Amino acid sequence: MIRVIIPYHLRTLAQVGAEVTLDVDGPATLRSVLDALEVRYPMLRGTIRDHVTQQRRPFLRYFACGGDLSLEPPDTPLPAAIASGSEPFIILGAIAGG
Amino acid sequence: MNGVRVLVGTRKGAFILTSDDKRERWDVSGPQFAGWEIYHVKGSPADPNRIYASQTSGWFGQVIQRSDDGGKTWHQPGTPPGEPTTTPDGQPKGESNKFTYDTSDKTGKPLTTHQWYDGTQHPWEFKRVWHLEPSPVDPDTVYAGVEDAALFRSTDGGQSWHEMAGLRGHGTGPQWAPGAGGLGLHTILIDPANPKRIFIAISSAGTFRSEDGGETWKSITRGLKSLYIPDPEAEIGHCVHRIAMHPSRPSVLFMQKHWDVMRSDDAGDSWREISGNLPSDFGFVIDVHAHEPETIYVIPIKSDSEHFPPDGKLRVYRSRNGGNEWEALTKGLPQRDCYVNVLRDAMCVDKLDPCGVYFGTTGGQVYASSDSGDSWAPIVRDLPAVLSVEVQMLP
Repeated sequence: MIRVIIPYHLRTLAQVGAEVTLDVDGPATLRSVLDALEVRYPMLRGTIRDHVTQQRRPFLRYFACGGDLSLEPPDTPLPAAIASGSEPFIILGAIAGG
Repeated sequence: MNGVRVLVGTRKGAFILTSDDKRERWDVSGPQFAGWEIYHVKGSPADPNRIYASQTSGWFGQVIQRSDDGGKTWHQPGTPPGEPTTTPDGQPKGESNKFTYDTSDKTGKPLTTHQWYDGTQHPWEFKRVWHLEPSPVDPDTVYAGVEDAALFRSTDGGQSWHEMAGLRGHGTGPQWAPGAGGLGLHTILIDPANPKRIFIAISSAGTFRSEDGGETWKSITRGLKSLYIPDPEAEIGHCVHRIAMHPSRPSVLFMQKHWDVMRSDDAGDSWREISGNLPSDFGFVIDVHAHEPETIYVIPIKSDSEHFPPDGKLRVYRSRNGGNEWEALTKGLPQRDCYVNVLRDAMCVDKLDPCGVYFGTTGGQVYASSDSGDSWAPIVRDLPAVLSVEVQMLP
């Protein structure tokens, strides 16, 4: 079980709380976790990664275990603590705007 | 009893204002989609319970929302949570926020770039939906004008979108360049008597007409003069802000351009200026009285550098003879210290008698007139900045 924390506006879109839990088939990577998140909550497709390019949206970043994984290749294995569910995978929105 | 429902898109959510046909007491509900930019909300002329909304965000991109019950509840058309995102034969189900440019040869070679601010070519990049235009006859068919400029259509109630590629394939696409506000397709007018005739306008490319349901397009800018482009009478480059049409006379078009208020009596083949005695011919909105096709409304804005009304006075100007002769409508509107703007999609008219006129400001006011503009009163005055105002007639 993998825990994912998503930004406020995506919680309202998916009608969930701050943290969601996902079962991921195979190794936990950025790609497999985001794929699982979008299958479970299809309304989030296109909101984290661009629909066409699959690139991370510029105002979002990925954090895990105190580290910024935003620029890691999508198939990089996530830390063991993320894969085990003891630490959450965090999708963080930039603090900006009025 | 007849009633009206006013759909308001703002910088921080959508609001729905409802009243009976007297239009004196209003119920305000919202915000829906709180915190998101709602560029446009518009109901289907064929089914007032069907409403589409464009929800956008610099963080999270584009979302399309749909209501099937007059705005009480909303959903993203397409796959419900937890269900497979593909059909058993592997085809994607609804992808209501997926706007993918057509890269087939319909768009040219294929067309992948337009002109950038510095004159170089720049890739076409989807940013947001500026305007949603439901079909006059089919609630499941809706057109979307997007930035970077292109026209999309959904025929399944917003579940999936397909570019009408002939527009970008017009041949002038590489000359289209964004204004400071972006390369947005903001106006979509469908001839109610002939739905194959469609008009669109783009900032700052110009305006186009299709006679074949969007397959092919003709640039219709003859008569426009724009002193801010190298050739003021060029085919492409005019910053059209808004076009309006009366449904009974679809060949008569009224345009608020970046500067100049214009009129065409031949479906856009030629234009002539009708700014007349306006205090400024800059502005964004223009609309036509529901029952008087020669009565039109604009809201003059001081200039493109100062996006507020001249002299701090918020005045709607009305012409009862199709332009050139304008009267200021001020009763109930602030006549001092007013420095709001009124954006291009933020004015509309209802179909009651007398005709109701509505507009929203960047200061968060939505003003309504139930006497064709003679007098005004705010329905609400402290919303987030208003991006769009549309009205529906309720049975």
